[in-house]
Parts: sequence; structure tokens; C-alpha cells
Amino acid sequence: MDMQRIVNPSVRDVPPSGIRKFFDIVAEMPEAISLGVGEPDFVTPWHIRDAAIRSIEDGLTQYTSNWGRIQLRRLIAQYLRRRCHVEYDPADEILVTIGASEGIDLCLRALCAPGDEVLIPEPSYVSYAPGVTFAGGTPRPIVTRFEDEFRLTGEALRAALTPRTKALILPYPNNPTGSIMRREDLQQIADALSGTDVVVLADEIYSELTYGGHEHVSFPSLPGMRERTVLLNGFSKAFAMTGWRVGYACGPRDLLAVMCKIHQYTIMCASTQGQLAAEEALARGLQNDFEDVRAMVRSYDRRRRLMVDALRRMGLPCFEPLGAFYVFPSIAGTGLSSEEFCQGLLRAEHVACVPGTAFGQSGEGHIRCSYATSLEKLTEALRRIERYVNSL
Amino acid sequence: MYNTLEMHILEILSDDARISAEQIAVMTGYDVDEVRRAIGRLEKDRVLVKYPAMINWERTDKEMVQAVIEVRVQPQRDRGFDAIASRIYQFEEVTSLYLMSGAYDLMVMVEAPTLKQLASFVSSKLSTLESVTGTATHFMLKTYKYGGVIFEGDDTDRRLAVSP
Repeated sequence: MDMQRIVNPSVRDVPPSGIRKFFDIVAEMPEAISLGVGEPDFVTPWHIRDAAIRSIEDGLTQYTSNWGRIQLRRLIAQYLRRRCHVEYDPADEILVTIGASEGIDLCLRALCAPGDEVLIPEPSYVSYAPGVTFAGGTPRPIVTRFEDEFRLTGEALRAALTPRTKALILPYPNNPTGSIMRREDLQQIADALSGTDVVVLADEIYSELTYGGHEHVSFPSLPGMRERTVLLNGFSKAFAMTGWRVGYACGPRDLLAVMCKIHQYTIMCASTQGQLAAEEALARGLQNDFEDVRAMVRSYDRRRRLMVDALRRMGLPCFEPLGAFYVFPSIAGTGLSSEEFCQGLLRAEHVACVPGTAFGQSGEGHIRCSYATSLEKLTEALRRIERYVNSL
Repeated sequence: MYNTLEMHILEILSDDARISAEQIAVMTGYDVDEVRRAIGRLEKDRVLVKYPAMINWERTDKEMVQAVIEVRVQPQRDRGFDAIASRIYQFEEVTSLYLMSGAYDLMVMVEAPTLKQLASFVSSKLSTLESVTGTATHFMLKTYKYGGVIFEGDDTDRRLAVSP
């Protein structure tokens, strides 16, 4: 049987992730220093791991409610009130998902009918456009620019809106650029959307990781925006819990009910141990004002400054990234494409960065460098990048 | 109270004392002269005392015996425990000394090249001090964690080399 002919063409024709291709090359070089990692370099704090171990010992191994444990949803509601200044009802406005990724997928599937367009600022996380396609919609990139520090502007959004626009993905703090949206930037988005029925998927997974005194502003906290927004977040980045796969989606109950219907039939519930671990993370954090998170942020911030300073001194322009843990320098001045630069760097100096094009065509001329790696490795990697740049 | 820059400096140096004032300046966004002045102040106040490396001697050939000694003492009028503490910490075998709450008064950490030398320190130097009323010596067999660092742990980076 020719499966290539049999499978759904709309799935078959989605290209494999550009990251994957690069991963295969790096996998052959175990001694390479990787700045290509999109997860924290901290291990989940012990008190969280311990809570999960105890829950297994106590035999808490059953399914939970489709929505997730009510204890967890209550803690999420408290957390969002404290940190993001938004109110959600734990009863039916918070859905616990398998990472924020599942929340995005559920939301897209709940919204998209054939022909519906979903706007995606680009460069951005690799899963959005394929997710829209899998859900039966049509992804429409909105190119963001270095000059705007890769922020989405009201003007660019207005130009992209059509009568078929169903939703906008708003992924800030941004992977791969490290860009954030300040309150006035978000207000421009809110203004551009007024009078439309466009739903906003606010992917705020990096909400805890902002620097330079910039507190994260959550999109649904803007006047009138809660009604049109699904807020997506999770435990991966703020609590170094990537492998646990626990996230959540919050929004108006009518939309959440439809998302929960898909979740109920396809997933049942997020992992019970993951949920219990997440409860411990939030309970402790609410008690000690997220001391662990703040210590992590201080540590990232120092490495961020070090990296930006070093890249600029070697002649690679970067705007100051105020969120997530990525720097997105321009390598256009070297005359190489992103892909050539990254492959050359890997071969010559055994340092892995991700070509900007992995995050959309508009990432050409840039590379993504993650500073979620030890200070020692980071310093050595920067030394090698400098040597490589000088050799060009 | 110490200001934010000083707290940054202490946090950075407590993790790696080799980091230069120039690097600290870049990492914190302060001026390098300001960083140097702050380090100077911290040294003068003996907040920053010394810049040693953390060594796992068990991985070397060096022969060494370490013990924790619980010491009960008779505190002196007016000077409390400080006088006897000072008598004890002068000995070069003593690596750390703490005043404790609970069943005993002072915890003395000692180190000597051989068991014999350590035993002789306890019996002839420590126990014979006038105000010492009793000791209990516990030998250390293995170091698992020291100064916040797990010695026997595996610190391999288990993350995928490249991820979205």
C-alpha cells in the first residue's frame, strides 16, 4: 500500500519542522555546546518532584475530572489573579491540558472551519501554522520586523484582517525573538480588533520570564479583552517542568465548553501525577511569593545581558530581548543565510544555534540563541561564535 | 542593609568566585567602577571573606580523616561561650566551629592526616581544656553534599540538544 497516497494530503504536505533537521545534525556531535535548547536548564525543584513521588506512594493513580483536579484549577485561578490580574472561574473557565500545546490545538480545533484564517505573527514558535492546518483552517503569517523589535503592531494587524479572520495567535514573550509586548503595544492590538469577532489565543507560556523591570502584561487583563481571549499557559518554563506536560487554557465558558468536549473525547485528562506536581508548584509559590521563580529569573537575566553584550561587541546587531530566554541576533552582515551560518558554526566551532528560518521565512538573516545554559558553557560558546564570525 | 548590586555580587560570587568585576558589571547592568567599589566595601566589612575553590578531596590521593565533635562546655561568666570557642578555633585541626542549640554547645569539625593524630587531638588537646565537660566524636565516612553542591550526583544535561 502506498501510504503517501492514502494519508490526508493536508497533513502530508506540511513540511517537517526545521528544528528536527538541525537536531539530527547536532545529535552526531555529542561534544557540541548547544544554544539550541528551548527548555530551562534547571531541573524541576525537589519539593515538586517529591510531591509527585509521594502521590504515587499514596496510590493517587486514577483519572481526574476532564477539566483537571478542582484543587489545581483553584490554585491556577489564584495564581492568575495574583500574577496576571485576570479572574477565571475554576468551575468552568479553566481547563487543565497536556502542556500549553494541547490548549492551542484544542482552541484551534474548536474555532476553525474550512476557509477560516488564523493570523500568526512571524517569526514564531514552530507549531502554530501546522496546528492551524491540522485543524482545517488557513494560517496567515504577519511578518514582524527587527525595527519594531519583532512586536506586532496595530497597523500590521489591521492590514492582515479579512472577513475570514477567525483568530489571532498572540505569542508574547516570544519564542524565538525574546520580544515582549508592553501595555501600550497590546492596547494597539485591542483597538485594531474592536468591532470584530476575532478570537485571540494569548500564548503566555513565558509570562514569568521578563526582564529589565518589565512586568508581563496579560492580554485578557486589558479592558474588554477577556471576552475574546483564550489565555494559554503552563508549568514548563516558570517551574522548569517541561517533561511533566501540564498546561492550562482559560477563557469564556462557552468556548471552554467546546474545547473541553474535544479534550474529553480525545485525552480524558492530563496526567494525574503532573497535576499533583503542579499543585505543589503553585501552592508553594503562592506561599513564598514565587521565590524560586524569581531566583531563576535573576539568573537568566544575568546570562541574557552577558549574551547580548558579547553578540553586539562581535558585530551582530540585536535589539534588547526582554522576555523568554532567547536572543535573536542579525547575522545578515556576514553575507551568509541563517542556515549557512548555523551549519558553518556547528562544523567549525561545534556550537549549535537554530536558524531563524526554522520559525518562518521572515526569520531569515537571524539566528536563535538560547541562554538557558550554564554560564560556563555560555561564555565558551560566545568565545567560539566570535572566532567563527571573525573567520568569515 | 545591603543594596541590590551588593546582593547581586554575593549571589554571583557564591556560585563562581572567578567571575570578574567586568563580567559582573555586564551581567547586572551596573558600571564596572561601581561594582569594584561595592566589592571593596564587602571585603572591608568582611562579608566577602575569602575566594576559595570547592574541592572534593575524596577524589584525590590525599589521606585525611574528618570528624564532627559534639562538645559540652561550662560557659564563663561575662564572656559566655566566646572565650572557650576562641581557645578551640585556634587549633589548626579545627576547620569549622559552631555554637549550637540543643543537647550540646559547640560543634567542632576537625581534620587530620591520620586517625592517630585526630584521636590525639581529641584526647590531649580538646578534652583537656578546662571548661570542656564532655565530647562525642563522629567520624565522617563519605561526603554526599557540601555547600549546596551534590558531590556524588550526576550533572549530565539530559535535555534534547535542539528543541523548539
